[in-house]
Amino acid sequence: MSVYILPVLLIFLFVYAFFKKVNVYKTFIDGAKGAFKLCLDIFPYIVTILLAVALFRVSGLSDLLINILSPIFNLLGIPNEVCELVLLRPFTGSGSFALLNDIFATYGADSYIARCASCILGSSETLFYVTTVYTAKTSIKKLSYAIPVGIIASIFGAIVSCLICKII
Amino acid sequence: MSKVWFFMVLPSIIFLLFKNPEAVVSEMLSSGEQAVKLCINLLGIYAIWLGIIEIVDKSGLSSKLEKLLSPIIKFVFKSDNKEANKYIAINMASNILGLGNAATPSGINAMQKLDDGSTKASFSAIMLLVINSVSIQFLPTTIIGLRESAGSTSSTDIILPTIISSLLTCTFAVFLVFLFSKFKRKGK
Repeated sequence: MSVYILPVLLIFLFVYAFFKKVNVYKTFIDGAKGAFKLCLDIFPYIVTILLAVALFRVSGLSDLLINILSPIFNLLGIPNEVCELVLLRPFTGSGSFALLNDIFATYGADSYIARCASCILGSSETLFYVTTVYTAKTSIKKLSYAIPVGIIASIFGAIVSCLICKII
Repeated sequence: MSKVWFFMVLPSIIFLLFKNPEAVVSEMLSSGEQAVKLCINLLGIYAIWLGIIEIVDKSGLSSKLEKLLSPIIKFVFKSDNKEANKYIAINMASNILGLGNAATPSGINAMQKLDDGSTKASFSAIMLLVINSVSIQFLPTTIIGLRESAGSTSSTDIILPTIISSLLTCTFAVFLVFLFSKFKRKGK
């Protein structure tokens, strides 16, 4: 079912635009023009955040953090096997998807752990990456409570995911 | 963000100094390479989505979407800026459809329209950031694909749990932003 949604929406969009007498070809080009500038603008921010993530992981600090936090996570109902995913998720999208694949391979794609991990990944985002990229083209320097709230909500999301996967 | 970055990078380098000093520079350079690859990938993806978003915008669909969602946007984001709200509406719609890569350019546009030139993030900007950093996803297409290739017999059975968890997390995040902004105002 879900595979049909996007193509159908696209057909609807093109038909609608045609009736509204929008030059679809020209408009698409006009929009696509912005991509180069956008990538150029966010590039320094992406380098900066990826640098921090790479160093953080290779130094072993992330493992240390996982070791410290996993007992606390266990108390909150998050199984040991997905703790690393919960902690990695705010930093790297590709990294957490690779980890999800590992979890599928180790525990089987239909196991509780795998479902739990899928649900956690589906209801979260790469917090630090999003924050960096979204503020790249603005004058904002002080984010006040945006990051703490994001972190608390992400942990809440992981707890809820584990709980729901147990029930459903 | 600069504090987060500093406290990630400095301890990491100090740690590596004792553990594996050669890794510092090589790891830094490889992350630069990774960033270039990512940006080139994103260039293609953003070009496609920005093209489609432009059609959505020019055909008047984005104004319709904005009108449809405006009660929610006005309540949650407390924003009266029509231009910004249009992009917020597209951003929300892309998120719900699981199109993270379409959500990013519209989100960046919305952030720019919300920008009032001050260095402090406004309530609306914080709300947009937080919602996007917990994400509201109803169609986890990538994950379903991964499960399928890992041999799952019912790869779509995570859709319902993901929707419930997404909704709860997002509501909780919105609630937290309201709560924190109240405390912030009281503290002044």
